Amino acid sequence: MSRDFEWAEFLFLLGALRWTIVLSLVAFVGGGVGGMLIALARTSTKALLRGLAAAYVGVLQGTPVLMQLFLAYYGLAVLTGVRLDPWPAVTLAFTLYAAAYLGEIWRGSIEAIPRQQWEAAAALPLSPSAQLRHVILPQAFRIAIPPTVGFLVQLIKGTSVASIIGFVELTRAGQLMVNVTFQPMIVYPLVAVLYFILCWPLSLLALRLERKIDAALGIKRHP
Amino acid sequence: MPLLALNGIRKHFGAQRVLDDVSLAVEAGEVVAVIGRSGSGKTTLLRCINGLETIDAGTIVFAGKPLPRGGAELRELRRAIGIVFQSYNLFPHHSVERNITLGPTVTNKLPLAAAKAIAQDVLRQVDLEDKSAAYPAQLSGGQQQRVAIARALAMRPRLMLFDEITSALDPELVGEVVKVLEGLATSGMTMILVTHEMGFARRTADTLVFMHQGKVWEKGPPRELFAAPKTRELASFIRAVLEPND
Repeated sequence: MSRDFEWAEFLFLLGALRWTIVLSLVAFVGGGVGGMLIALARTSTKALLRGLAAAYVGVLQGTPVLMQLFLAYYGLAVLTGVRLDPWPAVTLAFTLYAAAYLGEIWRGSIEAIPRQQWEAAAALPLSPSAQLRHVILPQAFRIAIPPTVGFLVQLIKGTSVASIIGFVELTRAGQLMVNVTFQPMIVYPLVAVLYFILCWPLSLLALRLERKIDAALGIKRHP
Repeated sequence: MPLLALNGIRKHFGAQRVLDDVSLAVEAGEVVAVIGRSGSGKTTLLRCINGLETIDAGTIVFAGKPLPRGGAELRELRRAIGIVFQSYNLFPHHSVERNITLGPTVTNKLPLAAAKAIAQDVLRQVDLEDKSAAYPAQLSGGQQQRVAIARALAMRPRLMLFDEITSALDPELVGEVVKVLEGLATSGMTMILVTHEMGFARRTADTLVFMHQGKVWEKGPPRELFAAPKTRELASFIRAVLEPND
């Protein structure tokens, strides 16, 4: 006995969309905090910090997020006997994953600031933390906008992987609705449209933010 | 006692010897122009004086104290030594005024109002009072360089270092920056300038230092050195600078 795809089914997708948003948001914020620490460690003068951060990034970028998810969900249970629910497991996995990528993006943005800016700040003479806060990070922020938003959009779409361990986000909800309605040609395009509605405005917003900053500073980038 | 005393400074970049036993004393109020071919070590010398480069041997004594290697002590000393760079190095994300108040507020912990008053004062000194709200990208090269001078002056330094600050400017913009430098020299500021502006060096400097192969090759009052160079190297350098197409 199959159901038709109607309001109730659509509302079910919307409810699951909420979890896609929450998971992306938590992973982005948590990953942002971790990523900032990694970026600072990677650009630090202390070799030990640089090495540890590089190792972390290497491992997280070198393995599929699906494996990281399995490790957080099944692996942790095997190793420690503590079985996480799907929600904390996916949150943990995506936060650690986002931290590695954001850390690398932001490291690149910090390193893109010319050495002379550090020198001018050091000559003023700002302390190392004041150099970062007042001179380097604000400029790195502007550079980081496109790749950071690009990664955020990837992250939102990437959370669909969480469906594998039974976490009901938008993709998983779509599969469930296909199973009961047998109407994949309605459900999956709709799911895709919902992702698009979430992601596209972010890209637009990022572009507007970039232009606004450039205009305020009198910077012309395009001839 | 001189304000700044360099004694037997040596500096290597890898196997290359950039500074070779450089000694120099600068009295308070003295204006020293450093000239020489590119690669002669003059910029490196300047950068060693405020610790942007470390030295391999010798001593640098400023106001009676040896130059610390780094950390808070070096920062403390840098408050008294301003530097202006060839490529301005203004902070593009800050307004002209913020570029200038950053040091006084963050380093010297002055209240913002006091720092703004200083900014107005130093901007007047470089003839840019009307540009405090502008951003660096909205200014010409000459204006940017004058802001950079104002930014350094805002820390009320006892010594100012200038590293080829007119070399990146279009020829018609050099004059306005040189004018500011001459005003500063007249006001009694102690200055060391690495420069290619021979006219300025001759008119304004008390002492001319000619560097060659990492050494102080000749030193003396500029008029004497220009009129009667003692070494072949300085003579050929002066010829090359004054008649570049010969």
